[in-house]
Amino acid sequence: MNWKVILNIAKTHLITKIKQTAIAALGVTFGIGSYITLVSFMTGLNTMLDDLMLNQTPHIHIYNEIKPSKNQPLTLYDELSNSFHVVHSIKPKLNQKKIHNALPIIQYLEEDDQVRGALPQIKTSIFYIAGSIEIGGTLTGINVIDEANLFNLRDYIVQGTPEALDITDNGILLGIGLAEKMSLAVGDRVQVSTSKGDVFPLKIVGFYQSGVADIDAVQSFANLKTVQRILGEAENYITDINVKLKDIEMALPMSKKIENQFDLTAVDIKTANAQFETGTTVRNLITYAVSITLLIVAGFGIYNILNMLIYEKMNDIAILKATGFSGKDVQYIFMSQAMIIGFVGGILGLLVGYVLAKFIGTIPFETAALPRVKTYPVNLNPMFFLFGFIFAMVSTFLSGYLPSKKAKRIDPVTIIRGQ
Amino acid sequence: MMTPILEARHIDKYFKKPVKFQVLKDISFGINAGEFVSIMGKSGCGKSTLLYILSTMDTAYEGELYLNNELITGQNPDKLSYIRNKHIGFVFQFHYLLSDFSVLENVMLPAKKLAEKSPQEIEYDAIGKLQILNIPHLAKKKASQISGGEKQRVAIARALINSPSIIMGDEPTGNLDSHNSDNVFNIFKQLSEEQGLSLLIVTHDEDFANRTHRIVTMEDGRIISV
Repeated sequence: MNWKVILNIAKTHLITKIKQTAIAALGVTFGIGSYITLVSFMTGLNTMLDDLMLNQTPHIHIYNEIKPSKNQPLTLYDELSNSFHVVHSIKPKLNQKKIHNALPIIQYLEEDDQVRGALPQIKTSIFYIAGSIEIGGTLTGINVIDEANLFNLRDYIVQGTPEALDITDNGILLGIGLAEKMSLAVGDRVQVSTSKGDVFPLKIVGFYQSGVADIDAVQSFANLKTVQRILGEAENYITDINVKLKDIEMALPMSKKIENQFDLTAVDIKTANAQFETGTTVRNLITYAVSITLLIVAGFGIYNILNMLIYEKMNDIAILKATGFSGKDVQYIFMSQAMIIGFVGGILGLLVGYVLAKFIGTIPFETAALPRVKTYPVNLNPMFFLFGFIFAMVSTFLSGYLPSKKAKRIDPVTIIRGQ
Repeated sequence: MMTPILEARHIDKYFKKPVKFQVLKDISFGINAGEFVSIMGKSGCGKSTLLYILSTMDTAYEGELYLNNELITGQNPDKLSYIRNKHIGFVFQFHYLLSDFSVLENVMLPAKKLAEKSPQEIEYDAIGKLQILNIPHLAKKKASQISGGEKQRVAIARALINSPSIIMGDEPTGNLDSHNSDNVFNIFKQLSEEQGLSLLIVTHDEDFANRTHRIVTMEDGRIISV
């Protein structure tokens, strides 16, 4: 095969038909460009929405659930073991809220290779007191620095810093909704009351905004020790353990293992957010369906233009064959034209897509639900560019294949005699 | 007796469409080295069909074809392309140049395909062939910008580039005025005499045919005089 000659002929054909070549290449550019733009924008939005839910959500949430015993006393009675049992008015089993031996469990989990971190929390219901009004809410005791590192707490603090909370003994990070209701500012004091009736003044060190208004209207954070003190509990009083894993896929088996080992309830992220996963999958599906449609349209454009080119070049094909070029040579001439169009169009498309995506990334996008997002999110994953380029080459190969196959089969005698 | 360059033995050819019809009936003849042969006959007698079979482009026939004592019939298409490239030069009625390329590139193309010489040698050869045909000044012009007579000379230069065993022409003067026809004939004659090239030319032109070494006359798919 004499590639130099073949490529030279292909190049000459493309250059003499520069307009058609440009149109065909622009088709590819358009397809690949919109693919890159669309896919980086859509996955950017998807990632943002995922983060909104998943960043704050532990991969495994361990706690003591209040529930009735599975084995009621009746089932222990052998003589009725084959009978049908009806028990009325089952009550939940009396159980302590705290996790028994929480600190050794945390230590044990931290030593596991798959665990990035296991963080203790104390969740408790409290009332925020504003004059004579009591507003119900939740106060969560946390290790604030660890939470900031593992669960991106920092992103959701709109005023103040995690460090400020960490060093302030009686500090509270107040939900932004609560702050608005009670007209409070950073530095003010807020009084909270426990379910037992004890009242404590806490100093506001910052505001917290999750993006979900219902949460922001009830949720606040304080240091673990502060909450333990408010509740009058010892330092080993922990109600929840949040585990972050290295691999999210391990959440389900790991949670089962923890349940069996410690006789606690452990919920993995996928079970907790099953419907959310479905949403992400469907959005990705739509993104890819639209992109592939665009690329297929570009492919048909190339097919069309190559077909026309071959009709125009019938004489050339006949001459090449008569002077000793084989059918394969002729096929390769037209295939390389398709591939050149695909290559140039594809590279341009990647550039156009990159520029457009970058541009979208600068458009302001502010919403109360997403405090940390200032512009539209785009995800410029190099894999998209690789995939876009491969698709440009594959689609031009396929759309060039049929016309070039036709050129290969053209009988020079019919053309030469036909004139 | 001289060995034939090209020899056809008992060639039959049928057209299948629209109805089955025998175009060539038991054609047997040969061309010796250095011979200048013309084929004459009325339109539709099958002379062009025969030429395309002899040129290896048409492979749907019965019988045997030898080039330089080698059996051509039944060879695979790639091998046939190679044979056309190396051993056969072609000149058509409608000059058939690649219009997007320059005259020089047109002449060089078959040699580049053969790839037996370096590009510099090929270019040197091509300019040499254009000089033989008295058109070296056209080398850089585009093939679409030269006149009909000039095109035919370029086509002859292209046919010569790989120093073929035989040159075939399908009415190469059919589309030219008498002055240019004369020119083309003289070029053929010169090639035949000076370089000992074999030529096989299909023609309608009796003056042209009468000046060749030998006339093969065809009628209704048969050769009636050799």
